[in-house]
Amino acid sequence: MTLVPVLVLAALLFSLGVYGLLARRNAVLVLLAIELMLNAVNINLIAFEAMIRDSLATGQVFAIFVITVAAAEVGIGLAIVLLIFRNRATANVDEFNLMKW
Amino acid sequence: MSDWFSEPANWVFLVVGLAVAFSALRVVTSRNVVHAALYLVATLAGTAVLFLLLSAEFVAWVLVLVYIGAVIVLFLFGIMITRAPIGYDATLDNDHRGVAAVVSGALFLLLSWVSIDFFGSTALKDVGDPTATDLLGESILGRFVLPFEIVSFVLLAALIGGITVARKDATPLEAEERV
Repeated sequence: MTLVPVLVLAALLFSLGVYGLLARRNAVLVLLAIELMLNAVNINLIAFEAMIRDSLATGQVFAIFVITVAAAEVGIGLAIVLLIFRNRATANVDEFNLMKW
Repeated sequence: MSDWFSEPANWVFLVVGLAVAFSALRVVTSRNVVHAALYLVATLAGTAVLFLLLSAEFVAWVLVLVYIGAVIVLFLFGIMITRAPIGYDATLDNDHRGVAAVVSGALFLLLSWVSIDFFGSTALKDVGDPTATDLLGESILGRFVLPFEIVSFVLLAALIGGITVARKDATPLEAEERV
């Protein structure tokens, strides 16, 4: 088994995440697209770990760190979406203009 | 090419990779919010199988537990609480789909071109031979103990921050009554 197909799959997932990030209106769906991108990064880390196989399993350790940070990001992100929904009664990102003057 | 098909790991990768790619596509194109979240479950499950194939056994199960077990449930809660339109909804996308498709397509071509150009036919070592979990544990709590502590602090801060942000604060009048 070679490295390149795995990297291409990860690139595909990352690009689909970018597409979702740009094309979606609903804030929850934007967060789902970000999860897709983080997942692509995890696949890359694990693939390079499977290529290098160092004695510290660095790639796997960092994949676990990425998963942790993703969990924290989802918690905070959904809390913010919830707060904006409570104030604005909408979860569409193109209707959030709080930071414009 | 016949060499490629003679290796069972490649077959598993082909099937799982196609499933992951399809469900990821559905995550970003589905017209139904709940379906998008459930397709993400399929994507993550496929990724976990891929991790097993790439001999990262522990990370695969962490992915299943943390993502499919916790994060997706959180997402479904988010969908229900924000009363996102459950069921078919044509207004989930904005008007920039064409630009977004061009940008992501160009990004995909660039990334895969660089990968293929650089890593040509690099082979993976010992595919299917799982990494010993004790090695991973020693690595996390040995060489990487400081990042590990920092990332657990980040998680704690995010938990407290999430509770603080989402909590309904008492209005000044209610706060006065309570005193």
